[in-house]
Amino acid sequence: MSAASRDNGRGRSARLFAHRFRQNRWMLAAGVAAVLAVFFALPQWPWVAACVIAALFVVAALAPSRTADQRSVEAEEVSSTSGLIGLSSENLAAAVTDPLIVFDGAGAVVHANAAATAAFGALHPGILLLLKFRAPEMQDMIQAVLFGHATARQTDYSERVPIERVFRVTVSAVGRGTGFYVMVFKDQSETRRIDRMRADFIANASHELRTPLASISGFVETLRGPARDDAKARDQFLQIMQNQTARMARLIDDLLSLSRLEMKPFLKPGAKVNLRGVVESVIDSLTPLAKDSGVVIERDFGDDIPAVLGDRDELFQVFENLVENACKYGQSGGRVIVSMAGPETNAERETIVTIRDFGPGIPEEHIPRVTERFYRIDGELSRTQKGTGLGLAIVKHILTRHKAHLTIRSKLGDGAAFTVHFPSE
Amino acid sequence: MYSHHTVRAYDDELTYLTRKIAAMGGHAERLVDQSVAALVNADVSLARKVIEDDALLDEAQREIDDKSILVIARRQPMAGDLREIIGTIRIASDLERVGDLAKSVAKRVMVVAEGRQPISLFRGIQALAELALTQLKEVLDVYASRSVERIEFVRDRDNEIDAMYTSLFRELLTYMMEDPRNITPCTHLLFCAKNIERIGDHATNIAETIYYVVTGDQMPADRPKEDKSHRVTLPADGKK
Repeated sequence: MSAASRDNGRGRSARLFAHRFRQNRWMLAAGVAAVLAVFFALPQWPWVAACVIAALFVVAALAPSRTADQRSVEAEEVSSTSGLIGLSSENLAAAVTDPLIVFDGAGAVVHANAAATAAFGALHPGILLLLKFRAPEMQDMIQAVLFGHATARQTDYSERVPIERVFRVTVSAVGRGTGFYVMVFKDQSETRRIDRMRADFIANASHELRTPLASISGFVETLRGPARDDAKARDQFLQIMQNQTARMARLIDDLLSLSRLEMKPFLKPGAKVNLRGVVESVIDSLTPLAKDSGVVIERDFGDDIPAVLGDRDELFQVFENLVENACKYGQSGGRVIVSMAGPETNAERETIVTIRDFGPGIPEEHIPRVTERFYRIDGELSRTQKGTGLGLAIVKHILTRHKAHLTIRSKLGDGAAFTVHFPSE
Repeated sequence: MYSHHTVRAYDDELTYLTRKIAAMGGHAERLVDQSVAALVNADVSLARKVIEDDALLDEAQREIDDKSILVIARRQPMAGDLREIIGTIRIASDLERVGDLAKSVAKRVMVVAEGRQPISLFRGIQALAELALTQLKEVLDVYASRSVERIEFVRDRDNEIDAMYTSLFRELLTYMMEDPRNITPCTHLLFCAKNIERIGDHATNIAETIYYVVTGDQMPADRPKEDKSHRVTLPADGKK
């Protein structure tokens, strides 16, 4: 053993004894006081008292402060918590993919994770939860936790606008006596949407498919009866029947695509789409159709069009439906202008895409309603143009999911302009 | 969000009032939603529930009135606090009206549900109700967040509701002219549409009140805006 390590060892035992003395100082003092009291009462054997006091000091110095069992339990505790030490609760909340809100005993938001902000808009710290979540069952639950001393509660919460969503919400206290609570939302919309889709599909399909079906069965009857031997009429009727079946097929396609859209939960955050690229490819794919209808598609693209958040396929469908409509219903105008402008061009800082046709235009009273399902301004025209009455409903639905919106301007006899506004982030 | 007073009970009274407004707002939203759902699905029992639940709103409004008067009498509030309390009274009366309008829609469900009406008749009403509900929700969200910079947008949407109502009016008139048997249900639907349109108006009123409470100024009468989606006609050259 070297001198240095011996010094070191001596220093350590000195520190250990000092620690034990400090730890046992009250017991030691009490013991010494007791012995001294006995000695003053019976002062015959002072050396006995001195020995007892010395023994007390020795015991105080040597007795271990904790048993081995205690020591191993403590070591275990340290090792099990050390995994979470230094882990910020904010990062933990951010890693949870369900909306999660931490709030305090007054019901004010302390922290809302990114999923919560995406689902419910900005939730700045300090906003009272009772003001934000006003549905009666949410009010009951939050009040039960804040004022009724319940530590955990669960309820179902649904939102109708802007998009129907259903959540199972749980509130529980964080730890014991911290005064913080955490609220977690589990999205249950999908099951609800499937039910609704089934009901909607049946209601819409039965209503809209009945017309072409009636017409087909009427012609079949005629073909079997009065027109049995009329070759010319037969040909004509079969043509009509073929058109009607094609219409039914289109209708089912559109209904399915709308239902599928409604099924999907919220957009995945973060995906960006090159708007210019999407619009270019829509125009390219529709140029043959435009040529057939005798329409020229013109481009008027501004500079620096930013990418927008969204889903490429869905946005493609939006512009496809809009440009296709413009070509179909604005046929008489002979041209369609697709223009695009970046956020620098307007006060709202929106990226806007306008599809402008020069057809007959839309009467004012119909404008607010053309995005409703199966709303047709002119049933006959829509049928000859192979419309299903769902195109703009699909557009509107996709744009709502993208937090974008559609405005329509039109003047009778002077065409119509459909403008899509994308908010800047 | 709220100022702090020396007397803590005063703060408690103010937050109590705002909480009560939020609870009323939640009930009002629910009633509007349920009354329209009852109308569209011809659900008479849901309609009855709406009619019963409206009493909750009436009661809440009376309570808010009493409490507000008490606070004014006891604390003699100034400036922002005074605006807050007066705002509470006004918003409560608007919300109570919203409940009445929803109840009135619910009452008509019984008549409209008698004959099975084609679904196309309700689509317009549904779309209108969706606009009004969005409006109401956004206004109440602003009440929670106090971010009045968004509030003018809320008011602009009222024009959209009006345009929708006008269009619906025409549509229902056409149905009545087509077939006199449509007159009874269509008249009721017309009143329902009017009620829903008024709910939008009340939401706008609430927006104005909130703007006043937060800023201390009246909302500017009508700002010149570029996006009058349905009113503005196109310039001749076709440029945007």
